[in-house]
Amino acid sequence: MMLKVTGVAEANQIKTRFPPLDYLIKPKAIIECYEDIPCNPCSTSCPFQAIHIGVDINQQPKLNVELCTGCGICVHSCPGLAIMVAQSLEDKIRFKIPYEFLPIPKVGEVWNAINRSGKLIGKAIIEKVINTKKQDQTLIIQVLVDKDLLYDFVTIRGLYE
Amino acid sequence: MLNRDLVIIGGGPAGLTAAIIAAEAGQSSLIIDRNRNLGGQLIKQTHMFFGSGQMFAKTRGINIANKLIEEARKSELIEIWNEATVVGLYDDKVVTILKKDKPNNKYLKVQAKAIIVATGASEKVLTFENNDLPGIFGAGAVQTLMNVYGVKPGNNIVMVGSGNIGLIVSYQLMQAGVNVIAVIEAAPTIGGYKVHASKLRRLEIDILPSTTIKKAYGTDHVTSISTIKLDEKWNEIEGTENFYEVDAVCIAVGLTPLSSILSMVGCKMKYIPQLGGLVPIIDYNHMTNIPGIYACGDVVGIEEATSAIVEGYLTGLNVAKYLGKTHPQYDELIEKYNNELRILRSGPFGEKIRAGLLRMEER
Repeated sequence: MMLKVTGVAEANQIKTRFPPLDYLIKPKAIIECYEDIPCNPCSTSCPFQAIHIGVDINQQPKLNVELCTGCGICVHSCPGLAIMVAQSLEDKIRFKIPYEFLPIPKVGEVWNAINRSGKLIGKAIIEKVINTKKQDQTLIIQVLVDKDLLYDFVTIRGLYE
Repeated sequence: MLNRDLVIIGGGPAGLTAAIIAAEAGQSSLIIDRNRNLGGQLIKQTHMFFGSGQMFAKTRGINIANKLIEEARKSELIEIWNEATVVGLYDDKVVTILKKDKPNNKYLKVQAKAIIVATGASEKVLTFENNDLPGIFGAGAVQTLMNVYGVKPGNNIVMVGSGNIGLIVSYQLMQAGVNVIAVIEAAPTIGGYKVHASKLRRLEIDILPSTTIKKAYGTDHVTSISTIKLDEKWNEIEGTENFYEVDAVCIAVGLTPLSSILSMVGCKMKYIPQLGGLVPIIDYNHMTNIPGIYACGDVVGIEEATSAIVEGYLTGLNVAKYLGKTHPQYDELIEKYNNELRILRSGPFGEKIRAGLLRMEER
């Protein structure tokens, strides 16, 4: 089923937003903006000019994966909460995701890893909780998840039991 | 009778920016707003705005409101009347106002030289059985309760409408700890931005296209609703009813321009569905067919708040010029804001407004 009917991107659509796996040795932004909407804060907020939109702000953002450092500024700058950062470690994937709910997770806790349809798909170990004034209350949560969740993981919800 | 050069009816995003830029040009104004707070709908918006980085994008609506209100309050040229409702507008530019005043409210008359109508929009309602039961709200009321007064509108809610308002308010309800059971949508596809829809799906909220609300149940308060599927011709499909236990229903099926005051004064009006309903015919400078009476923001066509902000700036520049106060950067600012509007309306989501504006040009 299509994104415009379900609100969930299809698997082949999602994969187009991931760089080749070699690049993910370093953290890289994954930009899930699939629609021409008038919006450009990801591009204007990137300190490395790694995200291009151009004069017509209806264009979808294009990531220059070489320039992206995975800093995560775009993650809290995207009004659609459509960007995360992914990095492939030896036996885990490290994600930085935007988060706007209470309670705020604590470092060391294990939370439910959630997919794009809201279903539980595994565990997410909370590594870092970043909440600077500049983020204006869109927190960035850094988590570790199992390697096979690379294309499925999108957020966290509640403690893992 | 009081005398003022410029009266601005409505202190939302369009009225505020019109006043601010007119003041920059040296033009004084009086903003009349019926609410206790300025800022219109912006004060209920806790989400980050889309749009261009230069025009408040990624800023939360409430913070945009605070910034504009502070700017307006700082200006010695801007006078603000809150809790004052315009009750009449006449073609000799006399405005009649019911103003809150202790112990009794009072009626006032103001003679203006120019008027900007920036009254915004009102919510559309939906016809279904028992739609007047307590607990059935418009999305604006839900946002007012939740984000202005900190009151939960219910605990289990169904959202009717998947436009940006329906999607955003659903997300805000979840943030406030209200369980959104489902978002239903009569059209076969989601109306608003898919990024907003995806945010809800991650929270395991169902979005159900081709579905409408059929009936609400309850005696003194809504306790459940039934929904029904629609075919491609929008006819109900028998046997597809579904029942949900709810204590609140939120209706977000669109907005319509609050243009009655412009009809009253005798402005040339046109019914343009793409713009949300009955709108005044305005020229390139946002002036109606009555010289000196201008209109901007949602009252001339339903759009995003960012467009209202830009239209306010454009209209303020033009009104100031009309009254003999030309902004020192008039030409470049007009070009800049027209360009902003053009870009905001140029994508696929601007298609409706572009079609509506074309219809306005057909005389």
